[in-house]
Amino acid sequence: MTFQLLLQLTINGLIIGTLYGVVGMCFVLIYKASQVVNFAQGEFLLIGAWTCWWLLTYWQIPFFWGFLVSLAFMMLFGLALQIVVLRPLIGEPVISVIMVTIGLSIFFQALMKWMFGTFAQPFPPIFSVQKVDVFGLQVQTAYLMSTGVSLAIMAGFAWFFKYSRMGLAMRATAFNQQVAQSLGISVRQVFALSWGISAAVSAVAGVVVGIVNGVSSALSFFGIKVFPAVILGGLDSVLGAVVGGLIIGLLENLAHYVDSQFLKWGNLYEIVPFYVLIIILMIKPYGLFGTRDIERV
Amino acid sequence: MADAALKIDREAAPLGAPEPAPMLAVNNIEVVYNDVILVLRGLSLKVPQGQIVALLGSNGAGKSTTLKAISGLLKSEDGVITRGDVTFLGERINGVSPDQIVRRGIFQVMEGRRIIADMTVMENLRLGAFIRRDNDIKNDIERVYAYFPRLKERTGLAGYLSGGEQQMLAIGRAMMARPKLILMDEPSMGLSPLLVKEVFGIIRQLNRDLGVTILLVEQNARVALSVADSGYIMEQGKIVLDGTAAHLAANEDVKEFYLGQGGGEARKSFKNLKSFKRRKRWL
Repeated sequence: MTFQLLLQLTINGLIIGTLYGVVGMCFVLIYKASQVVNFAQGEFLLIGAWTCWWLLTYWQIPFFWGFLVSLAFMMLFGLALQIVVLRPLIGEPVISVIMVTIGLSIFFQALMKWMFGTFAQPFPPIFSVQKVDVFGLQVQTAYLMSTGVSLAIMAGFAWFFKYSRMGLAMRATAFNQQVAQSLGISVRQVFALSWGISAAVSAVAGVVVGIVNGVSSALSFFGIKVFPAVILGGLDSVLGAVVGGLIIGLLENLAHYVDSQFLKWGNLYEIVPFYVLIIILMIKPYGLFGTRDIERV
Repeated sequence: MADAALKIDREAAPLGAPEPAPMLAVNNIEVVYNDVILVLRGLSLKVPQGQIVALLGSNGAGKSTTLKAISGLLKSEDGVITRGDVTFLGERINGVSPDQIVRRGIFQVMEGRRIIADMTVMENLRLGAFIRRDNDIKNDIERVYAYFPRLKERTGLAGYLSGGEQQMLAIGRAMMARPKLILMDEPSMGLSPLLVKEVFGIIRQLNRDLGVTILLVEQNARVALSVADSGYIMEQGKIVLDGTAAHLAANEDVKEFYLGQGGGEARKSFKNLKSFKRRKRWL
């Protein structure tokens, strides 16, 4: 029985881990392109989930279309946020920009509570079966879908950065903004686009978690959980974000197992990622995949 | 070569027949960094279509600043053109954003190559063509490889290329944008004499084969004048001398101060410091 539990938790960890990975990638995308540490990343999940929930419950739109409309909305939302709030801050000290993202986080959380109330709201049933049997283990259909979608998003990111014109432009901007400009890349466009993509993709994660746990302000806690993941992976590595996300997801669930079986401290699950965060910052501040400059000798 | 076409003597201009409008004209610009540091004080120069024009001068004369003023990259270094204007193909381009200037056909190869170290050679070249949306990009990559066969063999990250290869990649990347005018900042920096020769051979070839106009900033006056049609010499933010490349190379003062030859013992001695100072002002 305990083995069964361990296996179940491992699967859960991997599923949650891919979600952390996706949100981590979004976080890294913004950080790489515009050097902004976005403390409002979790609110992207929250706003995306509420938007989708609102479309589905008030307007009775089928899930597929509601989902797509929410993503489109979040894309525009991210673009607008960058253009209206963050663009005027270009050139200001990093700490000011960070304070602004913290402010945005508080503002949007309050706004969502004001608009939709403080209670968790369940999504209307979307899948005909709530759970599926995978090798004798119970897995939520929504999570199964999320893993599929997450993997697709990761593949999409990989393709985007390797082959697309705009993806290369983003990497160039991350490398050096002046060099990017000298190649004819509009750095402002790249910044805006990175926020747009980041908001839209985060919303995917928001909707998925919302389907499983209900939509509430707890969703934005995801944005904080992503920190240990991206710092473990290396702040500026997209691959690192994915690996970091998986590790944190697994660790969290294994901690839960150890805690429930042996230690009985309670809530180890919630704090283990942050212990990991502290340890990583002490022994490997660049993270697993963080870049150090190529130095030719 | 027709000397009249190369004539850019400022004093002579009003007397001569009207010259064809130059491709690039910098008119009396003043550049200020951080609101207080005056770097260019009334600089003017002209780059006629199809030529290689060399801009020479010592460290800190403002050569790189001039190029950045033209390409618009000044803004990201807190510099601003406070007076005068820059026109390209008859249109005023100061105040235009740098990415739009690239789209109009001016491409700057920055000092120190500035290739993107964590990308491959291929990705760097593809980024050079960022402003293009046509289907010829693949052919152009092949053309760059034809110019620089060595680059084709390098499949790793561009950051691991040697200095010479990086310079070649930087030039190849500029070719990918199909610019009308290339602003080249110190292509000889950190290269061995043999490589310098190779790189300048390629610059001349680019100019002849593809008809690209080039404004070349160099410390190495000798090699720059050997490929250029005409040149300007600047000091402390101003043009102090101009003329055809042959004319400059023959000038006694240029020989002494930039080519390190001629002058004789008398003028090298400290006793004649006064003469040095006087001459330095390019009377």
